[in-house]
Amino acid sequence: MSLTIPSIHYLALLPVLTIFGAAVVLTVLSALARRPLRPAASLAVVLAACVAVLVEGFVQWSYVADHGATTTVAHAVVLDGFAVVGTVAVALALALSALVVYDWGERARVFGAEVPVLALASSAGALLMVQANDLIVVFLGLETLSLGLYVLAGVDRHRTGSSEAALKYFLLGSFASAIFIYGVALVYGATGSTNLSSIAYFLGTNVVLRPGLLYAGGALLLVGFGFKVAAVPFHQWSPDVYQGSPTPVTGMMASIVKVGAFLALVRVLVSALGTQLDTWRPILYALVIATCVVGAVLGLAQRDVKRLLAYSSINQAGFMLLGVWTGSAAGAAGTLFYVLTYAPVVVATFAVVTLVGGVGDTRHAIDGYRGLARRQPWLGGALVVLLLSQLGAPLTVGFYAKYAVLSATLRSGGGALALVALLSAAIAAAFYLRWVMVLVAEETEDGAERVAVPRATGLAILVGVAVAVVFGVWPGPVAAWAQHATLLFLP
Amino acid sequence: MHSSWYLAALLVVPLLGALGALLAARTRDGAYRVAVGASIVELALTLVVAFLYDPHVAGAHTLDFATRHVLAAPFGLAYDVGLDGISLLLVVLTSLVLCLALLGARDRRREPAFVAWLLVLTACTMGSFLAQDGLEFFVFFELTLVPSYFIVAEWGGAERARAALKFFVYTFTGSAALLVGLIYLAVAHQNQVGGPLTFAFGALAATTLSHGTAVWLFVAFAVAFAVKSPIWPLHTWSPLAYAEAPTGGSIELSALLAKLGSYGLLRVAVGLVPLALVDVRPVVLTLAVVGILYGSLVACATPDLKRLVAYSSLAQMGFITLGVMSGSAIATEGALLLMFNHGVITAGFFLLIGFVERRRASYQIRDLAGLQGPAPVLAALFTVVMMASIGLPGLSGFVSEYLILIGTFTTHAWWAAFATLGVLASAAYLLWAFQRVFHGRAQGPNEHLEDARRAERWVMVPVVVLVVALGVFPQPVLNRIAPSVHQLVAHEIAAVRP
Repeated sequence: MSLTIPSIHYLALLPVLTIFGAAVVLTVLSALARRPLRPAASLAVVLAACVAVLVEGFVQWSYVADHGATTTVAHAVVLDGFAVVGTVAVALALALSALVVYDWGERARVFGAEVPVLALASSAGALLMVQANDLIVVFLGLETLSLGLYVLAGVDRHRTGSSEAALKYFLLGSFASAIFIYGVALVYGATGSTNLSSIAYFLGTNVVLRPGLLYAGGALLLVGFGFKVAAVPFHQWSPDVYQGSPTPVTGMMASIVKVGAFLALVRVLVSALGTQLDTWRPILYALVIATCVVGAVLGLAQRDVKRLLAYSSINQAGFMLLGVWTGSAAGAAGTLFYVLTYAPVVVATFAVVTLVGGVGDTRHAIDGYRGLARRQPWLGGALVVLLLSQLGAPLTVGFYAKYAVLSATLRSGGGALALVALLSAAIAAAFYLRWVMVLVAEETEDGAERVAVPRATGLAILVGVAVAVVFGVWPGPVAAWAQHATLLFLP
Repeated sequence: MHSSWYLAALLVVPLLGALGALLAARTRDGAYRVAVGASIVELALTLVVAFLYDPHVAGAHTLDFATRHVLAAPFGLAYDVGLDGISLLLVVLTSLVLCLALLGARDRRREPAFVAWLLVLTACTMGSFLAQDGLEFFVFFELTLVPSYFIVAEWGGAERARAALKFFVYTFTGSAALLVGLIYLAVAHQNQVGGPLTFAFGALAATTLSHGTAVWLFVAFAVAFAVKSPIWPLHTWSPLAYAEAPTGGSIELSALLAKLGSYGLLRVAVGLVPLALVDVRPVVLTLAVVGILYGSLVACATPDLKRLVAYSSLAQMGFITLGVMSGSAIATEGALLLMFNHGVITAGFFLLIGFVERRRASYQIRDLAGLQGPAPVLAALFTVVMMASIGLPGLSGFVSEYLILIGTFTTHAWWAAFATLGVLASAAYLLWAFQRVFHGRAQGPNEHLEDARRAERWVMVPVVVLVVALGVFPQPVLNRIAPSVHQLVAHEIAAVRP
């Protein structure tokens, strides 16, 4: 018996290896160091890793542009434009989150290297997902991503809410993972492979006479993804977990998870199951409507900003799903553009919430924000811009994100769907604006103190606002990049 | 063809003014002075542009100052501006209203932010009127919401929060339909012609559509513009927003932003999908007439001066809609003229009501009586504006309403006949309100009401001059807008003809 070692194209794996490597380095350092590691040191390691990944992303991009998309490790991992953009999005979100975590850790007295190490590990999982070309690899990425986040959700041991969130996330998340892996097994049974390209080839060259197994498997995969991206009706966990988790971790959940899960979802549905378009599109149609509408309507009733943002992110997930629903390259590019621009904006939003929430993560009532934009025009103004971007106001990048998926939807003949989604955005506008209204209100709460803005968190907020405004005014390059990336998509 | 830099300057000057106002916030009155300076430069510039405008540019379909640059090819986003007879008056109105709002309705609470929002709003409105590209138009159109939202929400009256939210959500919902319709049309155009995605008005107007599709698109567009105008029955946000907004905000909302609705109806709905007119015209005309009568009736009953003007605006917007939808070139010219005149007249009304409010801190008609005695100049100014609004011959309101009615009469006689009742009704409610406020004997605090100050009189001078000048001699203005209107109506008729 001989063991064949598949050839490995290291450039493709480099970002994952870098991030994992950084996690290992941090673990070893904190074990070897005599005193607890200084937060600045772990921040430096994380940022260095992110910068390295961005540089590697650049190299990968030029490689892909020259040589086209390739697969490696026995076709299990793919290097294409889509993956490179996803990699950049994850690295950016991780870097911003790390900045927020750094300040938060000092205030909340969460020391040690656990948080950065777990954040790195989770991000490595997300990186693996955006490059996965095999259902098993998707699952590996999903689990790595989730395991880190389960722990991160409960990392604030001073608060019971945090532990509750962790337990809830873990229990429901493991169910979802079990369902997902069962779906993988059924799809394997139906098509004889877990490799996405092989599945696509099999389905393209064979007529599945009894598609029950395939459909069941596909449905279970969809449930697993639906849980991770908090699509209705698999969203129940998300408001509780968003509320309970430490706020910077919530920011990571809303950004990195969405990038990883959505890009993997596009690969699985559009590229592997692309021939079954007519089967899964009606299901997604219903999912999009439910997700958009439920997110927007239930958001109206929230008085806690973290729950509000949870419902907001459900509503946004509906729009991202809209791009997937089209099953077209334009739709995939729209979703890619959406997650790429949403990630920094949402991390920055949660950064502001982290600051206002104060020590112990308690002040999250919407009334706690009364008059913030009057007292602190820069911080309040930044939050207003970030909210307007999520609302989809023109001259913010959120408008073009919505526009990109909507135009793809109309191209695929989904006029009614686009209208429903956009009307849900109008409903969602009400709760974003109510928050804005509180921000600019006159009556200052008695004894409301100034919210200190530490430098690192301030930088993260600044980057988020810059993304929202700069690409809102000038979306051309990013849009072209996302579109180009999707053209460099394997099959 | 003139250089497009003029139009770029029109967009940039208010933004620079806003920036300057914020930078000058520290010095006393600095922000206000910068804003007034910027608005005067803007007004001068628009007048220059209006005089330079040449409707007979070779091969450019009455578009002057035109240019097009693609900004984001995948999105079909382009910077595409141009000026034609349809935008001409509205561009002038935009900068005129800004000057009036700044000079006549000064609001000293957090002034730098207030004037900056006004200037930003002006830039966005200007952009919507200059845009010759659907997506660009939509971006500017939607963007006007943000400054107007903040103006109402931060400087408004007691119920400002509700008013601002209602205003935003109504308009935003309407815009959703507009955006979906525009993208649909652009995609249909691309599928027919090939090439990159484009939203240029000229290109989209040439799209071949089935009849049913055209009707759906028209409805999608019309919903957005009917909310903005407002057209009955989608007007319910407007009395609240107009009444709760600060005086400057009410002026901008009713004199300017409302015109964005009727302009959009003409330029986008009628201009891009004229095929639908066969079916939708009777419906929209009926809504317009209902709006005229309903607005007039409610205006008779309302106890609040600001709301009275709001409902009278609803009636006037009904006239404009009537002219826009009539399919007659004369009535369309009248509608464009009325957009301008109504802007000037409403601005005058809100300014005068603002002056009264400064003195008496009330908009309620029952709190006011016999103001003519202590304040004769105020009463005289009110009379002029009121007579223009009623449509007294020799004043501007008459010319435009007359053109609309005779134009509509040739194409849709019954609707014109019912709309004429609105003219009578406007005389009733305005004269009755005038009687209650200015006639009779002044008692209590009304007795020693201060008459219009010098600054207040000067602000009203342009209003009175325009009301009289356009009432007596509107021909030069009509000559400038006529070629574009004729071209649009010809396009409309060609599309409708079986």
